[in-house]
Amino acid sequence: MSGFSRTDRDLVYWERMTSLLAIGPDPLDLDRLVTAVGASAPAGADGAVVTFLGLVRNHNLGRIVRHLEYEAYEPLALKVFERIAGETRDRWPGVRLALHHRVGRMEIGEASVAIAAASPHRADAFAACRYAIERVKQIAPIWKREFFEGGDVWIEGATANPDDTGARSEAERVACA
Amino acid sequence: MRVTVRLFARLRDIAGAAELARDVAPGATIGAVWRELAGEFPELVPYERSISSAVNADYARMDDVVRDGDEIAFLPPVSGG
Repeated sequence: MSGFSRTDRDLVYWERMTSLLAIGPDPLDLDRLVTAVGASAPAGADGAVVTFLGLVRNHNLGRIVRHLEYEAYEPLALKVFERIAGETRDRWPGVRLALHHRVGRMEIGEASVAIAAASPHRADAFAACRYAIERVKQIAPIWKREFFEGGDVWIEGATANPDDTGARSEAERVACA
Repeated sequence: MRVTVRLFARLRDIAGAAELARDVAPGATIGAVWRELAGEFPELVPYERSISSAVNADYARMDDVVRDGDEIAFLPPVSGG
């Protein structure tokens, strides 16, 4: 009996850690994303995997940052990640994306977001990886609260509107610059 | 009709709750739910032009009509990444 439950647990862990798209409190591990995108195409078909890690920085707008806290509307965030992966496939056929975002308290130097883009060719993988992080910043329902020396503040960036074609074009322009 | 309102980040801080239950009139829009809330918590008013909304974890428009039991989320400008 305990053998079964251990197997189940291992399976759940494996599925969660090898999924292409994820959001949750666990520390991020880029190797897992690279493994997941690699497994999403026939072995040997990829010529490149480009990765991105977003880190908690110790300074922002002249403030000395102590730590960050992230929160998300997780079910919607996952759907947005699916949307971003779909947009990426439409724009760069053959590219697959892994995208994990962490929530909760993060210390300086820890990774808040990890992206891996795999492709037969490096140019598409670079562009898709950049596009994905720009779109996360535009439309993912995720917020960071900055705790700095002297106070704390919710950071408010873009008004999230997935149907804003201008924002999408801007992300594409940056990705292909 | 009764709906659940979810609030995030600074909106949650302003209202002092992540989740609120609210009675709404049949045919009410998301915008109407927002205006009721902004009447209750005046600090929300400046967010009128910058919020996004979602219904049952899908992005929605402020003129969408809500239904009984819906989960309506109001999202301040995002800052993930």
